[in-house]
Amino acid sequence: MQALYAQLLVGLINGSFYALLSLGLAVIFGMLNIINFAHGALYMMGAFVAYFLLNLGGINYWWALLIAPIVVGVFGMILERTMLQWLAGLDHLYGLLLTFGIALIVQGVFQNYFGSSGLPYSIPDQLKGGVNLGFMFLPIYRGWVVVFSLVVCLATWFLIEKTQLGAYLRAATENPTLVRAFGINVPRMITLTYGLGVGLAALAGVLSAPINQVRPLMGADLIIVVFAVVVIGGMGSIMGSIITGFALGVIEGLTKYFYPEASNTVVFVLMVVVLLVKPTGLTGRAA
Amino acid sequence: MAEAKLAEKPVAAAGAEVLAVKDLQAWYGESHILHGINFNVKAGEVVTLLGRNGAGKTTTLKSIMGVINKRSGSIRFDNKEIIRATSDKIARLGIAFCPEERGIFASLDVRENLLLPPVVRPGGLPLDQIFTLFPNLKERLTSQGTKLSGGEQQMLAIARILRTGARFLMLDEPTEGLAPVIIQQIGHTIARLKSQGFTILLVEQNFRFASTVADRYYIVEHGKVIDGFANSELSANMDKLHTYLGV
Repeated sequence: MQALYAQLLVGLINGSFYALLSLGLAVIFGMLNIINFAHGALYMMGAFVAYFLLNLGGINYWWALLIAPIVVGVFGMILERTMLQWLAGLDHLYGLLLTFGIALIVQGVFQNYFGSSGLPYSIPDQLKGGVNLGFMFLPIYRGWVVVFSLVVCLATWFLIEKTQLGAYLRAATENPTLVRAFGINVPRMITLTYGLGVGLAALAGVLSAPINQVRPLMGADLIIVVFAVVVIGGMGSIMGSIITGFALGVIEGLTKYFYPEASNTVVFVLMVVVLLVKPTGLTGRAA
Repeated sequence: MAEAKLAEKPVAAAGAEVLAVKDLQAWYGESHILHGINFNVKAGEVVTLLGRNGAGKTTTLKSIMGVINKRSGSIRFDNKEIIRATSDKIARLGIAFCPEERGIFASLDVRENLLLPPVVRPGGLPLDQIFTLFPNLKERLTSQGTKLSGGEQQMLAIARILRTGARFLMLDEPTEGLAPVIIQQIGHTIARLKSQGFTILLVEQNFRFASTVADRYYIVEHGKVIDGFANSELSANMDKLHTYLGV
């Protein structure tokens, strides 16, 4: 039983990363119509920014949670202003190829300087240790990652579904021309949206640094699964991305316990099934 | 209150020219749609662009709004040249647009749709006045925007631009596809807005409807304004009008 709970926890943690990343992808896809293949590289950058802050500036984890998403978000907004914005109105393929290229370049640069092995990033003192829940031992840091990710996901959902800013965002996803004709600077909103989506990825990167170490290819490994999550959940819904992210993490964890051989493929098997049965994804709206 | 606001603005004093369009040309991609549109609108007027399908009426409104990028000539609003301005800047000057397809957002409920356009200047209608004009909307605030009937969607599309403080409204075929009783209600609304000092540029196919609200008409054909007359000259121009519109 201990092993089952342990795998469930691992599943929830992976699910947290899936949710944070697929949420950003969904928001970006909605506004920019771009399948952001650079997402994994930006997630990795988030972890590296945290690493640099700590080792070069002595700035701790808590500040990194704030600073890394801003730094990477600004980097993303520069990418959007200088490159992605010119792809508006073109086929998805162009955005996919450009962001894939950006991902390869960013990862290549980091690999050149840091190799492929992981750099250590230690758990902050306040979150060290663990608690015995009776049925299992819970490392505090892992519990923190799950809870904090959930809070960030729900806050993002609230921002998009329940606020005036979110109403602009949803409306501009539907009909950017008309929203702009109401007096809203839509191009600036698109840039900020990309910054937000990318910032969420960087935040996930910081959260993952103490668990998975900081590696140039950490995002490349993760992003493939995240795209499968997005396909399963569908692009249309914010809550859908969050729930699908966590659920698939848990399903992966359960598979690790019951049939470990399939744990790396279960998400892709599900993806195939969903594509066959409901090509728009579980919560997706027909295009 | 709305009248008081209007009086504060010298440029929009009754009778002054608020919009002057000169030699406006516009393109959709490679196709040249407008070939030199000339007309003007004075403060407090309801001016109607008439013409057949595809004559360029909607394109004229969209060009004024800045929604069509490729355009040349001159559009002066409140004595400011806006031919090069982007549509968000143009909206901020106090022009509001109600598109032909109404543009109600499916992912927003009625309240969100209503509150979506930002207030660009003081003097917009407060919500309670909007609900007096359109009582149906008040009962459907939490419905999804596109679940409303066609008439209610049209009212929502007009209602949401009244809040913004824009005093110059462009309505593109507000009666299209609606039942006579609703057309009548929209007619009353336009008359009421005019009496409150709004300036309205209307595009209409429904000439009978236009004649109940308009002060002046311009006839658009093949991307040009080919004629114009006041409502008082209407009966004298009836024959010509039938030829223009082919009705």
